[in-house]
Amino acid sequence: MSAPALRATVPALSAPRRARKLTTVERTLDSGLRVLAVRKPGVPLVEVRLRMPFLSARAAHAARAALLSDTVLTGTDEYDRASLAATVQRLGGDLGVNVDADRLLVSGNVLATNLRPFLDVVAGVLTGATYPAKEVVAERERLVERLTIARSRAGVVANEALAKRMWGDHPYARDLPEAPDVQAVTAGQVRRMHSDLVRPEGAVLVVVGDVSATRTADVVASALEAWNGAAPPTRVPALPAVTPGPLVLVDRAGSVQSSLRLGAAALRRDDERYPALQLANLVFGGYFSSRWTENIREDKGYTYGSHSAIEHHTLGSSFQMQADVATEVTAPALLETLYELGKIASLPPTVDEIESARQYAIGTLALSTATQAGLAATLGALAGNGMGPEWLAEHPRRLAAVTRDEVAAAAAELLAPSRFAIVVVGDAAAVRGPLSGLVPVA
Amino acid sequence: MPRSAILAPRASKLPRPTFDLIHATLPNGLRIVLAPDRSAPVVGIAVLYDVGFRSEPEGRTGFAHLFEHLMFQGSANLEKLAHFRYVQSSGGTFNGSTHPDYTNYFEALPSNALERGLFLEADRMLSPRINEENLANQIAVVKEEIRVNVLNRPYGGFPWLELPPVLFDTFPNAHNGYGDFVDLESATVADAADFFDRYYAPANAVLAVAGDLDPEQTLGLIEKHFAPIPRREAPERPDFGEPPLTAERRASTVDDHAPIPAVALGYRVPDPVRELDAHLANLLLAEALTDGDASRLQRRLVQRDRLVTDVSAYLGEFGDPFDKRDPTLLTITAHYPDAGSLDRILATLDEELARVADDGLDAGELDRVRTKLVSMMFREMDAVITRALNFAKFELIYERAELIAELPDRLSAIGDADAQAAALALQPDRRAIVELIAGGGHS
Repeated sequence: MSAPALRATVPALSAPRRARKLTTVERTLDSGLRVLAVRKPGVPLVEVRLRMPFLSARAAHAARAALLSDTVLTGTDEYDRASLAATVQRLGGDLGVNVDADRLLVSGNVLATNLRPFLDVVAGVLTGATYPAKEVVAERERLVERLTIARSRAGVVANEALAKRMWGDHPYARDLPEAPDVQAVTAGQVRRMHSDLVRPEGAVLVVVGDVSATRTADVVASALEAWNGAAPPTRVPALPAVTPGPLVLVDRAGSVQSSLRLGAAALRRDDERYPALQLANLVFGGYFSSRWTENIREDKGYTYGSHSAIEHHTLGSSFQMQADVATEVTAPALLETLYELGKIASLPPTVDEIESARQYAIGTLALSTATQAGLAATLGALAGNGMGPEWLAEHPRRLAAVTRDEVAAAAAELLAPSRFAIVVVGDAAAVRGPLSGLVPVA
Repeated sequence: MPRSAILAPRASKLPRPTFDLIHATLPNGLRIVLAPDRSAPVVGIAVLYDVGFRSEPEGRTGFAHLFEHLMFQGSANLEKLAHFRYVQSSGGTFNGSTHPDYTNYFEALPSNALERGLFLEADRMLSPRINEENLANQIAVVKEEIRVNVLNRPYGGFPWLELPPVLFDTFPNAHNGYGDFVDLESATVADAADFFDRYYAPANAVLAVAGDLDPEQTLGLIEKHFAPIPRREAPERPDFGEPPLTAERRASTVDDHAPIPAVALGYRVPDPVRELDAHLANLLLAEALTDGDASRLQRRLVQRDRLVTDVSAYLGEFGDPFDKRDPTLLTITAHYPDAGSLDRILATLDEELARVADDGLDAGELDRVRTKLVSMMFREMDAVITRALNFAKFELIYERAELIAELPDRLSAIGDADAQAAALALQPDRRAIVELIAGGGHS
């Protein structure tokens, strides 16, 4: 195209401005519920996140938990399904519930002036959800339909196959329940699960918004006064070590792409080597300016996007790497992936690469906690792993102090390609041969 | 607060957002909107060009989107990959997206990178660096994007790719905005140069900056980096209007990955800009129909009759009601387990629309739907980047960024009779229906 008309240099950064210090109030209620209230002015809203531990090794747990999550808002002592939803709407609010292997999460938001009546509705759900039989039966069918839709997606099939490959029989390998297990769940079982597990002892409630932190903590204590009790102790096996082994190839009829997934154990956020690993992961594949993306997308055009993330669970953290690539370049894409892993595990990243990753990690943490919703989600996730709001202030300092040697050491130990479980979902007839030339295929 | 207070229907007083907006226009025609807010040390920068996939030429379907990719491939003073690296090594994030009527480019950054972000946008407005190698690379990337989002995915592109060719007759409104592979592969560097010259003039763009900024200083930086870009005339914007439908249209499509069928209904609706109040009545009606467990179609089709797995009603191609000029559409989609139940679903839907048209909404229904909607609009505006994108979009489509702050009042003026009239207008002869046949029998 036209030649550059002007010559200019990229402007330097000006002096950074510090974020305002958060006003937070932490309080543990008599019921054992931990409350974290944070004043964050902005839009006239409040964000609410209530996180209850929901980890269980029982075989029927995932199916019951999924159905509980889908029906907990369908009736209380006071409201039926529609009047509960209408009441929340009238307050300018939104209320939802979802579950994974670690936790049940009640999340919502509401106009700040309506926080108290909103919490009254939430309290009514926690202490008085009725699980009407007709709603449980109807939602059971819908859940089966939605699971069928979910599993028709290549990405969902691939994530499930990777979890199974990494964690075998552990509850973490069954995030989505199986349809026959769902069909066997009764309303009575869901009610019993609520009575056992929807308890304040060990739960964390985060409230962030345009409200006074102290007054909010008082309002929460008063609104949730009637919610009491502790869940019975659970025994869940430790996360098994991910064992290296042959690539798992899952055939998906009609696939025009292969979904490539790699996983291995990573480090918890409170591990002292975590900041170094976070930077190593960014340099490898954790953001757009990473080696993996610049290689297989911007140089070779194999994929629309590749991404490597460190995911944090209650029992441990893991790498989750994903890229969907054209069928005919499946093996070359895996080759480049293994090359980039091998390279970062064997040779230290450059100073510039580490500096870029460091600024990105610090800057995006500030961006993601600059909104009420982002701050509430982050604080909730931290609290679920035993970390408080001080982590947000301390982590940038830890990132700033990471040395090149520490990044290289973390990469050498944890990003070595031999550590990774590999799964490919795609047209097996087309990709098995080329993949088998690179790595053993199961 | 006593419990009775929340049960009684009441006309709630909606909070009104206050945004201080500063407007300016450079001699080269670039329109500028600044929205200072110093509560957090972050800024959002958005540049919107007044060209989307409705403007791409025949034989070049998908070109507007492909061109969006090319705008990231280097520019006057920046090599390939430099744009991404400068944004991210400053602690920021970036993206771009292509819409029917505009294309946006944006960054969220720590506020100490404000000038750098402005420079990056100005540099590609001056001159993107597009060559054979970058073009071939991004054609490959876009094909993978279409594979991952459409071809390899159940319900991929449904209904935004399937409905327009049935609801509309002219190429701009009816064609596939993601593009046919043949068209994408035919794109040339010369096409890109023509497209840039024609549509990417400063006079055809809006720049919005929101967040931690000093207005005077920021205007100075904008002038420094954008004013040297030469003025070119903005192209004349075509009228994409089409005559109303006179009869219902039906079509079907087979989806080899979908395990259960789905349906999409598209209704022609009034001009969202010139007839804003009618558009807002449609917006509130859509919320009353499908937002949450208290909504009419959730209660009837999902909960009571159990005919559908889910149902959703929305305005605009991608669910943003203020995203598009005339002509636009109101879409209703549903997935349903029993392939033989479509006629019953449609009859029940028409019955529910007739119920609103005949009897109006219930006492308090419009009010609660409106309160929720306004609350969600606020929530979206909490992030500086969505604020920048929204101000730029309202300045571009509605020619007034201030309209966002007035929406709560405009919505409050919509009455039951307006919602009733909106429902009455959703007649079968104003709609197109596309049935998605589930070809994925692997369930």
